Amino acid sequence: MTSSEEEWGTPELDYPEEHPLHGRLNLNRFIFCAGCLIGTAITSITTCLVERGLTPKDYAIVSGIGCTGRTSGCFKAPAFHATHGRAIPFATGLKLANPDLEVFVLSGDGDLFAIGGNHFVHACRRNIEINVLCNNNGIYGMTGGQLAPTTSIGDFTSTSPYGNIEPPFNLVSLAAAAGASFVARWPGYDTLRLRESIFKAMDNPGFSFIEILAPCFTQYGRKNKLGDAVKMLEWLREQVVIDKDCPPHEAEYSHEKRRIVCGEFVNNPREGFTQKIKRLRETAQSRRK
Amino acid sequence: MASASKKSSKSKLILTTGNYASAEGAIAVGCRFFAGYPITPSSEIAHYMSRRLPQVGGSFVQMEDELASIVAVVGASYAGAKAMTATSGPGLSLMAETVGLGFMLEAPLVIVTVMRGGPSTGQPTKASQSDVMQTRYLSHGDYETIVLAPSTVQECYDFSVRAFNLAEKYRTPVIVASDGIVGQMMEPVSYHSNFEVINRKPPQVPPDKYQPFEIIDDDLIPGMATAGTDYNFYVTGLTHDITGSPDMTPETEITLVKRLCDKIRRARPDINDWEELYVEDAETVILSYGINARGNPEAVEQARKKGHKVGLVRLKTLWPFPDELMERLGKLGVKKVLVTEMNYGQLIREVERFRHLGFSVSGLLVPTTIPFAPSFIYENLMKEVNR
Repeated sequence: MTSSEEEWGTPELDYPEEHPLHGRLNLNRFIFCAGCLIGTAITSITTCLVERGLTPKDYAIVSGIGCTGRTSGCFKAPAFHATHGRAIPFATGLKLANPDLEVFVLSGDGDLFAIGGNHFVHACRRNIEINVLCNNNGIYGMTGGQLAPTTSIGDFTSTSPYGNIEPPFNLVSLAAAAGASFVARWPGYDTLRLRESIFKAMDNPGFSFIEILAPCFTQYGRKNKLGDAVKMLEWLREQVVIDKDCPPHEAEYSHEKRRIVCGEFVNNPREGFTQKIKRLRETAQSRRK
Repeated sequence: MASASKKSSKSKLILTTGNYASAEGAIAVGCRFFAGYPITPSSEIAHYMSRRLPQVGGSFVQMEDELASIVAVVGASYAGAKAMTATSGPGLSLMAETVGLGFMLEAPLVIVTVMRGGPSTGQPTKASQSDVMQTRYLSHGDYETIVLAPSTVQECYDFSVRAFNLAEKYRTPVIVASDGIVGQMMEPVSYHSNFEVINRKPPQVPPDKYQPFEIIDDDLIPGMATAGTDYNFYVTGLTHDITGSPDMTPETEITLVKRLCDKIRRARPDINDWEELYVEDAETVILSYGINARGNPEAVEQARKKGHKVGLVRLKTLWPFPDELMERLGKLGVKKVLVTEMNYGQLIREVERFRHLGFSVSGLLVPTTIPFAPSFIYENLMKEVNR
């Protein structure tokens, strides 16, 4: 602990020493608005890590830029805050160089699907064994409430003052179409189902994607008159429909229709990229003899 | 390519291209990760790596673009691998932002850029030296770059080795600025192993005491923890203090930026390298680098035979710029420096900074794709001598 950390202070209640959040509960690391579901996304991951008995040598956390981009700093772990949109290729490099690592990417919808969209589809296609969790708030929170590729039609943002005219991505359909071998979507408040899916993502020997719905009351709520954190959670809950048997291309994501289908849509384990590279090495080395 | 693996026959020369030699040099010094995206005239490095890396237990991945390639390399470096990518001007432009991350996270990594004509798509299949300033000022912000410039196929091999050693020693991205000719021409080369292998400084304290950017030694280089060990650490492209935590105070920015620059600046005597001929008594000196320096010895010898006091300098490292070489030329009493470049004037601006040392600076600057012939150099050298 150095001067800058001390200035920000640490609460009297802290996680135990070995916990991935130990020493991180200060305002320098936890910069999020009170009531934001980013916190539950973080604790859902840490709970899974702790329950599996994983220690820092077993995992790595990568994030991009933005509100959720700052989450990597909350983990007492090998944690990386990459360039904007580039969390997935950073994680790809980590995983390829050390396939034993359990690699998590936790980043936002703007980071992963606007500036980083190309990396997402190719990581799905490659089936690289990383777990990508997208904290979807439908807006650029930290940057000042601008239009995201997940903003609903008609909604107001700093750069859509007359209402959004672009249709949003349906992240579940996109991930499934691109070849992700595990795909789920949950509201951020449903931590039990979320954790269950994180465990399944960790067990999946390929690319796993979980979309976490996490409304931004500071930006989205204010600009669209949706109220405070609690009101926005209710707003979200009224739209969430859980349908476990829904095919991914039918899993609606529509604030206009007030229908967001949640569940696990793809669980189709198949050999991951690092395993394929391992076999490729054997081929290369046997041919060399 | 097959003979590349036969490391036992060290003295044997094989005929190969600069790009293959760049790749084999990297493997020889321990590179086990390559992420890249095809781009002429660098693609043969990726071809070679895709075949060789699996043989030696490494990983090759063809990424979706250059942005992803360089980020994957930073990631692999932080998982403990010696990692590289290869590209050319347009691809290097795309890598700019994350190369900045590499400097900020102090990630050892190597980029080979095989220079071609520009701007924009330019001359994909031709050579140039027009990325000299791009290699220096690629990313935004203050930092110092290490750039090596091979002029032979042998140097492609040797400079790959050196690039990794410098990257690991100084915890920084290192760029090898080759070009479309050196990269694709064939010359005899020795895949020797007469070199030391430098590995990054590991953490100097146990995990519970570790701060990712704490400076313990005089070299200003922090010990590097990697993922997959017992060390907890957080690294960010944000301005950070020694804990790795973001800190937006001016003091932290000043401390960090000064250290990032100074760790390279103060190491200039260790990093900078050049070759000289007849400089001791020369009045006129040709200064050049890379493929375009190959015609200089012939031109200089020809002028010497006619009794002119001329000499040459060939830079093997372009950045950090060798200020001490300029001081040496000034002390030796050199009167005129003729800078020759296959561009419209890039490195010459650095040389011009040293006019106060007593020599004039003029340029033979042609944004061409063909290296200068000895006769062309001789002709212009004589103009300079008689000026």
